[in-house]
Amino acid sequence: MKHPFEQAVTEHGAVVLRVCRAVLGPAEADDAWSETFLSALRAWPDLPDDANVRAWLVTIAHRKAVDVVRAGARHAVPVAEVPEAAAPRADEPEESLPDGELWGAVAALPEKQRLCVAYHHVAGLPHPEVARIVGGTPAAARRAAADGIARLRSTYAPHGRVSTHV
Amino acid sequence: MSDNPIQLLTTSSPGDDERLASLHATLVERASGESSLDASYRVVDSPVGPLLLAATAKGVVRVAFEVEDHDRVLESLGASVGSRILRGGTRLDALARELDDYFAGRRHAFDVSLDLRLARGFRLTVLRHLSEIPYGSTESYGEVAVASGSPRAVRAVGSACATNPLPIVVPCHRVVRSDGSLGGYLGGLPAKERLLALERAA
Repeated sequence: MKHPFEQAVTEHGAVVLRVCRAVLGPAEADDAWSETFLSALRAWPDLPDDANVRAWLVTIAHRKAVDVVRAGARHAVPVAEVPEAAAPRADEPEESLPDGELWGAVAALPEKQRLCVAYHHVAGLPHPEVARIVGGTPAAARRAAADGIARLRSTYAPHGRVSTHV
Repeated sequence: MSDNPIQLLTTSSPGDDERLASLHATLVERASGESSLDASYRVVDSPVGPLLLAATAKGVVRVAFEVEDHDRVLESLGASVGSRILRGGTRLDALARELDDYFAGRRHAFDVSLDLRLARGFRLTVLRHLSEIPYGSTESYGEVAVASGSPRAVRAVGSACATNPLPIVVPCHRVVRSDGSLGGYLGGLPAKERLLALERAA
């Protein structure tokens, strides 16, 4: 029997919001979250009862994020591929979030690394699941996630406001 | 600490709860607007304990006491009206107000539209009659059976009351035994007593 959709929002809403921030940056994250959950609500009755709800939501969020990036690209210079990074726009309230610097560092990652970090480390999906969403092999997804984290350690942590040792 | 970025990525930011609450509210609003919502619900406090209120686009479909187990009620609502169910929204504001007035003794009947799809056949006939029992008065199970066209179906009247999807709003608490004792109540006998006392006093 299918649970009420509210349960999916309660259990996964916060994680999906962080995934959207990691993929798109905080400025676009709220819209992507809304589009994701509205789509998910419509499709909810057709989802198999034993499906991995979080992986399903992240897959929808991924498609919405690609849509958002493409829509942004249409207004700017047309590009054949999804842009390298949905870089934070200068006029957007990146710093309105207390951890804005973190999201800035994530936004600066190469696309594949950013997506693999978002879906593996933020969403907690296993590498094969991540590979299914972003394409490529599980090994490549694992490598991209590891490279992304290594890069974050060098770009973000040393300059981070959060002290690592007290 | 070497895993610092990973920890930060998975820790929620201050203010996330408020942000999610407002995103949730917008979701309910948009979903009801495009009618992709099977039902919405909210829980209100009352003198007979927290009440779960649920509504479809057609009207109020369920009122449930805490003893019925709100989680279970929502699960079974998902099976009967559909699982596209969200908490919140404005659909139940009118009923919440009317319940406040009812418990304050200011209101004797409910004006909200009802969705009676959870009741069928004889049970539905019984529920329709219950709404005609005036505020402050009672009928016996036997009298309700007669009024519902099946004088011998006294036990069936009892089970219609016990499975009333809309207690309080459809006043099954006004049905008592012919000897004046309370009989049963899906919200528990103290709740039934309380509702009858409230209506006597007003």
